[in-house]
Amino acid sequence: MRLKERVMRWVFAASASVCIAAVVLICVFLFANGIPFFKKYDLFAFLSGTTWSPDIYDTGKGVYGILPMIVGSIYVTAGALLIGGPIGILAGVYMARFAPKNLLKVLQPMMALMAGIPSVVYGFFGITNLVPMVREVFGGTGFSILTACLLLGIMILPTILQLTYSAVKAVPEYYFEGSLALGATEERSVFRAVMPAAKSGILAAVVLGIGRAIGETMAVVMVAGNQARMPKGLLKGVRTLTSNIVTEMGYAADMHREALIATGVVLFVFILLINLLFSILKRKGETA
Amino acid sequence: MKSARAAGTPILRPGGSRLLNTLRANLLHWKRHPFSALIRLACFLSTCITVFALLDVVADILIKGLPNLKPSLFSLTYTTDNQSLLPSLINTFIITALSLIVAVPLGVGGAIYLSEYAKRNSLLVRAVRLTAETLAGIPSIIYGLFGMMFFVISLNMGLSILAGALTLSLMVLPVILRTTEEALLSVPDGYREGSYSLGAGKLRTVWRIVLPPASPGILAGVVLSIGRIVGETAALLFTAGTLARLPSSLLSSGRTLSVHMYVLAGEGLHIGEAYATAAVLLVFVMLMNGLSGLISRRIIKE
Repeated sequence: MRLKERVMRWVFAASASVCIAAVVLICVFLFANGIPFFKKYDLFAFLSGTTWSPDIYDTGKGVYGILPMIVGSIYVTAGALLIGGPIGILAGVYMARFAPKNLLKVLQPMMALMAGIPSVVYGFFGITNLVPMVREVFGGTGFSILTACLLLGIMILPTILQLTYSAVKAVPEYYFEGSLALGATEERSVFRAVMPAAKSGILAAVVLGIGRAIGETMAVVMVAGNQARMPKGLLKGVRTLTSNIVTEMGYAADMHREALIATGVVLFVFILLINLLFSILKRKGETA
Repeated sequence: MKSARAAGTPILRPGGSRLLNTLRANLLHWKRHPFSALIRLACFLSTCITVFALLDVVADILIKGLPNLKPSLFSLTYTTDNQSLLPSLINTFIITALSLIVAVPLGVGGAIYLSEYAKRNSLLVRAVRLTAETLAGIPSIIYGLFGMMFFVISLNMGLSILAGALTLSLMVLPVILRTTEEALLSVPDGYREGSYSLGAGKLRTVWRIVLPPASPGILAGVVLSIGRIVGETAALLFTAGTLARLPSSLLSSGRTLSVHMYVLAGEGLHIGEAYATAAVLLVFVMLMNGLSGLISRRIIKE
């Protein structure tokens, strides 16, 4: 019996350690497969090159510059944030503070559903609805930065909304009541007393939204047009880091393949930085 | 303010209906504080926009998708003439089951360790927390790349259902770990103390006393994971592949419903079938969400 207890303890500890092992393995495999590329290709030329012309016909003359994709990812993420950020935060505040209880009962499952809709379904909605809409209203092909921003803006809405909601809900009631007692209106109390206290939680929501947007693949591939050149305008096509991997990995070989894995490494570093920022903000929100 | 009232602002009437009186009180209040009213309006409109966006997506997919659900879509074989979604649907079930078989014991076991055995803030606990958080933030395309390099190439599984399922099990592991840990932590300490005082060992206490009341919470986490697995595409393209056939073994390639939908939409030839597939996916996600909501409501009641 003693033995069984001890064995099971180790079994549980081992299964907890799988998370650690997984992260270590992911890091090791990504870096081990991505780093060799930089022995053959200059890191600076890779990050700052504006031409992406992989060596598909094996002529030995591939040019691998991912600056267009880095810029593309940043544009698309920034645009999504401009659309999804304010709406998500305001709607989160509404749900946390102003919404009647009955309405909240309907809204909460709706937001959970919105967060759970698969990204291919969003992408398909983008192709069938947003792309023609952008084409009709603004011209161009419709497969553009603007379309990607709109779609990603919708997709990160529930993330930002739900986290803002819990950050605002976590602020003690007496902040609100104290402000009311001083004669401020409800709205003023929420925005001047409650929101500052929830600041780091709301920032964490925004950072998580950025992470979602920059890492989103399928929806962006389906609506962004994917041209591998420097973005030339809101209505022109764009390729992001994620879509670079997904569009070409299927047929890439050798150097081209390694370049795509190196693209993944760059994306991974971005994500790790964003995650770090997120956990710092979250911890700050918990202790404050 | 007096002048505002004189200009005909409605005043509360003792005998009037409650709804009208609240409305009047609000109007009065907002007239006095136009900026507050503006902010409240902005918050309300933002919520409306969000809800409208969701309803727009759901309505569009269901209205155009459900009429396209023909019996021919459920034939056992996929041909270029008939984009049957049944093989993909079956693959989805297999991959979901396999991923859960791997991820649920690991996640639940790990959570048991974190909440029942480990000392708080020990090095291992902190490391697990940090890595679980990291795993939760990694985008699916990175999982796809990793799965391709590790399971498909290094472990020599090839593009296979097994490789896809293992990749996805890593992806949902942090979800199950976190929800299980929360569920275990919400079991009152009195349960454990009572069990120990009756002479039960640690293992028996965990198994017989702590796990049963925590099981709805764990189940809600599992349902959430199912939703994520079913909706996943990027992590499967380069691990499970896109073969639209029933798998002959775990080592043969197979596309799930989401991958099927991506391929159909990408080809652009079968919009009706793609709509139908999207509708099936959406209905499935709605069912899963409803189920998980039902389970968590049961927890709150208890």
